[in-house]
Amino acid sequence: MGTRKSKAPPPAQARASMKKDLPEQFRDYRHVWVFMELERGHVHPVSFELLGEGRRLADQLGVQLAGIILGPPGDSTLHAAAEAFAYGADLVYLVEEPLLTDYRNEPFANALTDLVITHKPEILLLGATTLGRDLAGSVATTLLTGLTADCTGLDVDEDGSLAATRPTFGGSLLCTIYTLNCRPQMATVRPRVMRMPQRSNKPIGRVIRHDWRMLEEDIVTKVVGFLSDDRSGNANLAYADVVVAGGLGLSNAENLLLIKDLALTIGGDYGCSRPLVQKGWMPADRQIGQTGKTIRPKLYIAAGISGAVQHRVGVEGADLIVAINTDPHAPIFDFAHVGVVTDAVSFLPALTEAFTRRLAPANRLRLVN
Amino acid sequence: MHIVVCIKQVPDSAQIRVHPVTNTIMRQGVPTIINPYDLFALEQALQVRDHHGGEVTVLTMGPPMAEESLRKALTYGADRAILLTDRHFAGSDTLATSFALSQAIAKIGNSFGSPDIVFTGKQTIDGDTAQVGPGIAKRLDLVQLTYVAKVTSIDLRTRAITVERRSEGGTHVLKSELPCLITMLEGSNAIRRGSLDDALRAARSEIVKWNAVEAGIEDITKCGLRGSPTVVKRVFAPTPREQKAVQIDTVEKAVQDVANELVTSIFAHQPALEHELSSTRSVSR
Amino acid sequence: MTEERFDAIVVGAGMSGNAAAYTMASRGLKVLQLERGEYPGSKNVQGAILYANMLETIIPDFRDDAPLERHLVEQRFWVTDDTSHTGMHYRSDDFNEPAPNRYTIIRAQFDKWFSRKVRAAGAIVLCETTVTELALDAAGKVIGVHTDRAGSVIHADVVVLAEGVNGLLGTRARFRKVPKPEAVALAVKEMHFLPEEVINERFGLPGDQGCVIEAAGTISRGMAGLGFLYTNKESISLGIGCLVSHFAATLESPYALLDAFKNHPSIRPLLAGSEIKEYAAHLIPEGGFKAIPQLFGDGWVVVGDAAQLNNAVHREGSNLAMTSGRIAGEAIAAIKSRKHPMTSDNLSLYKAMLDKSFVLKDLRKYKDMPALLHTNSRNFFTTYPQLMSQAAQNFVRVDGTPKIEKERATTAALIKARSRWGLVSDAVRLALAWR
Ligand SMILES: Cc1cc2nc3c(=O)[nH]c(=O)nc-3n(C[C@H](O)[C@H](O)[C@H](O)COP(=O)(O)OP(=O)(O)OC[C@H]3O[C@@H](n4cnc5c(N)ncnc54)[C@H](O)[C@@H]3O)c2cc1C
Ligand SMILES: Cc1cc2nc3c(=O)[nH]c(=O)nc-3n(C[C@H](O)[C@H](O)[C@H](O)COP(=O)(O)OP(=O)(O)OC[C@H]3O[C@@H](n4cnc5c(N)ncnc54)[C@H](O)[C@@H]3O)c2cc1C
Ligand SMILES: Nc1ncnc2c1ncn2[C@@H]1O[C@H](COP(=O)(O)O)[C@@H](O)[C@H]1O
Repeated sequence: MGTRKSKAPPPAQARASMKKDLPEQFRDYRHVWVFMELERGHVHPVSFELLGEGRRLADQLGVQLAGIILGPPGDSTLHAAAEAFAYGADLVYLVEEPLLTDYRNEPFANALTDLVITHKPEILLLGATTLGRDLAGSVATTLLTGLTADCTGLDVDEDGSLAATRPTFGGSLLCTIYTLNCRPQMATVRPRVMRMPQRSNKPIGRVIRHDWRMLEEDIVTKVVGFLSDDRSGNANLAYADVVVAGGLGLSNAENLLLIKDLALTIGGDYGCSRPLVQKGWMPADRQIGQTGKTIRPKLYIAAGISGAVQHRVGVEGADLIVAINTDPHAPIFDFAHVGVVTDAVSFLPALTEAFTRRLAPANRLRLVN
Repeated sequence: MHIVVCIKQVPDSAQIRVHPVTNTIMRQGVPTIINPYDLFALEQALQVRDHHGGEVTVLTMGPPMAEESLRKALTYGADRAILLTDRHFAGSDTLATSFALSQAIAKIGNSFGSPDIVFTGKQTIDGDTAQVGPGIAKRLDLVQLTYVAKVTSIDLRTRAITVERRSEGGTHVLKSELPCLITMLEGSNAIRRGSLDDALRAARSEIVKWNAVEAGIEDITKCGLRGSPTVVKRVFAPTPREQKAVQIDTVEKAVQDVANELVTSIFAHQPALEHELSSTRSVSR
Repeated sequence: MTEERFDAIVVGAGMSGNAAAYTMASRGLKVLQLERGEYPGSKNVQGAILYANMLETIIPDFRDDAPLERHLVEQRFWVTDDTSHTGMHYRSDDFNEPAPNRYTIIRAQFDKWFSRKVRAAGAIVLCETTVTELALDAAGKVIGVHTDRAGSVIHADVVVLAEGVNGLLGTRARFRKVPKPEAVALAVKEMHFLPEEVINERFGLPGDQGCVIEAAGTISRGMAGLGFLYTNKESISLGIGCLVSHFAATLESPYALLDAFKNHPSIRPLLAGSEIKEYAAHLIPEGGFKAIPQLFGDGWVVVGDAAQLNNAVHREGSNLAMTSGRIAGEAIAAIKSRKHPMTSDNLSLYKAMLDKSFVLKDLRKYKDMPALLHTNSRNFFTTYPQLMSQAAQNFVRVDGTPKIEKERATTAALIKARSRWGLVSDAVRLALAWR
């Protein structure tokens, strides 16, 4: 989308030379950190996307990129460390503590704050997930520093300050935000907004273990259960390669079957625009857009979706956007690559059929399971 | 039980327009609403009050006209409304906002009883940061429970609270203690319609207005623009995509032919995809 | 709490309701105003032009803080055929006076402002509260209202029905009949947003000056109707309305009509590049004097559009609404100060005062107009406009035809289209209706 392609903003005029004005106590804050989100043994892919961005920023600044791992002692943290290097980190800070098994705000915020105060990064990036946003807000408030949420573009400007660009007013505009006079400069980025970098086979490098303690008795909140959403396989819309979505143009809940059928046929996942969630036709985690998921599939097919800006910001990263809409002036045709002006309800079955035939030989395999 | 709910008056972003030349927001005629997520917080708060007794105080920081939103909250059944309004608050980022709100909540605690729960919405639709809730919690040293879908139980005797919290890929059941701060997710608890008595009471209520000093804020430099570490340097419109969609011609063609043509076009754009789709595919439902 | 009693309940927070509530509250009456919209003005549709004088009578210093868009310095009347318009423009610097006479407004904002004044005057205003039914006692006297909120009847000495053109409560209580389709027009309207500078430049309007275009002719496809374009600060209100009876007879769609109007070659360039937001449809009472229902009864009065007080010929509505609301308020306050009961007899004071005002005088003047336009619409809205355009084109096009022949052709076309007798009779009837 536009932001990422845009050049670094012009040098700030009003409060120029921000970096030079930095208060004494922040002058030695250096390096770029990426918080590696680890839950139930898995690294959230947004962490890799952030390492890709972090690498670029660190190179521009001529500093090092560190992966930050907080977790219980064991294989999962080691595995996470290995992945951090594979995705570009120069070093890893590791806090290993049994208390850090399940995410809870108190120990995580405490540990991360402690780590920042000790090792002084100038930039700290986190995923804008439920975990990342929960953590970032606490840490930034404790450190009394700036935090820019849901960035869509990160850059370093001429005097070395972080220029964080994010949508504002529902995506109709973008704004570039700086953190003045405080360190670290913190930002969160939603999953799938940034491109997934290439994984390399770099060996594990320098791992710095940070000694941190807290007593379970001092932690008020206890995790007493976890209900996984994963009922059948892994319904992870944000990371699907092919997504088919329906909007109000489908007129009723039954027609959603057409979307699901097509998705099933081409092995993709399905989603919808917000009004369908509001009508209760689909669960909230299937919503795509500003207040739903950001997706970045290789192919996105939108049927009966007008393409409002709040929807647009969630799908612009797709490689190929196909829009089916009866209205030739629908805004979705402004950012789709291929369009068909037709009634989606009668067209979708034909499209499913067309895909089925085209992919036929291999399809026999799929019918087995 | 005393519950404080933070609500914000926001422009109805569905109706926002951007000036095509200057790239500024055209505010003319854009109505304001209570941030939709905050209504879920308010409804949850009212349900807790109805069940356990006590009072609900709504708090907002904003311009004088934000009074409208507070009055509406009273119509829904809140017991008390406080408007934090002062020129010094202008230009606040999330750090400065959470500072001002936390000071006001402390003052509310002193004046009307210490809050057992502070509710906020998950996020606002204009700021959209989800940072103010955690910020308030930290400043007031409250336990923070974010993205809460449901308050499952509260035991006033043991001061225990159980909630369901959304997280990536599932729902955590958390057990914690009062006092705490909860940020509420959108959900099924649509805001209630107040009774005629509530509406009449709301129309007659005096909305308490506090400036910075009245809210007990001593250090004005922590407020507004001065108290905000972040600054917006540039506002600009997204670059439009140069090319519009290539349209598949549908005139006088059978539906199936158009569909076949579309599939051909898709694979012409994405040759690698055809191979991927034809081979192993796991289907998610 | 619902046991309490109000001096007056006003149903509706439009122009007439606000005027009535303000007038009574500022005279010390205990007033409750109920509005079904989310906020005052949220449901209201109007062009909209505000006639300053009638508001001034109620709130003399309204210009200090009312949300006014532009004051009008120019009026254009257009007669259109499919490709052209013949027009009359009137523009005068005299309208740049210290207290201008007409303004464009946006109702959503204006009504909110008016409502704040009503509150400040001491009335209690409840929004998102629909009055579902009038409460009557055994003798048929109105004693209060039922609402859609949980709670019992709210009592008042008098109920002011300011519920707008649909007038459901009055109809349900059999105080009035459902207006006939030929007595209401359906208007559709869009807001086109454009930067202020573009509007200023396109219409030649410096500063806050504004312009109005009113267009009749083939755009209404033979129906009795009118298109309008009003300049606001950063937007243009564009709409068209026709009699409901004509929509029913022709099966024309209001949307298509508006679309065609938008794309008329004389209108399209004025809107170029605009962003459309807000689409609205609303009824306008057009029945005139003869359609006015009973205006008062035991414990109730009716004001504004609900009383069909609308001057279709001059497209005045809000000013009649405001004035009737004010007069009803004054009458009720007067009866109250004499400590008299709100009986039908006493409330007839409202009608007596209204008779003396411009409201009923103007409507009486045009009492035959609605019927004329209803029955003769094809001539007035298609045939004559086409002829006028042809004549105008004939006049300005220079092609070597002798002028005398051109004149003859014009006259012949006129007579061919409408017999000599028909022309004369239309002219006479129009003149009579206008008289
Ligand atoms: C704060 C906020 C956040 C929001 N967040 C999101 C978000 O995250 N995601 C999101 O999607 N929206 C979001 N929205 C809503 C967004 O503004 C739009 O209202 C929404 O995207 C419109 O959904 P739609 O395209 O399905 O419906 P519509 O806008 O009603 O469009 C339906 C489309 O279907 C077409 N159509 C009709 N019939 C047919 C047919 N038979 N065949 C083919 N096409 C047909 C129509 O031409 C039209 O273009 C948000 C809004 C706000 C205010
Ligand atoms: C397209 C259009 C353009 C116009 N242009 C002009 C113009 O330029 N100048 C002009 O002077 N006039 C114009 N008019 C006419 C003008 O809008 C009306 O005459 C005027 O608004 C009438 O005011 P009112 O108070 O009687 O009714 P309204 O303004 O319609 O107000 C009625 C109110 O009552 C409320 N209500 C209804 N029923 C209930 C209930 N049961 N319980 C609670 N509340 C209820 C409604 O929500 C509404 O707010 C125009 C009208 C239209 C449709
Ligand atoms: N100015 C404000 N006044 C009161 N509450 C606010 C304000 N700003 C934010 N909040 C609360 O904080 C939540 C998160 O806001 P945000 O961080 O802006 O997304 C909102 O849902 C509100 O409950």
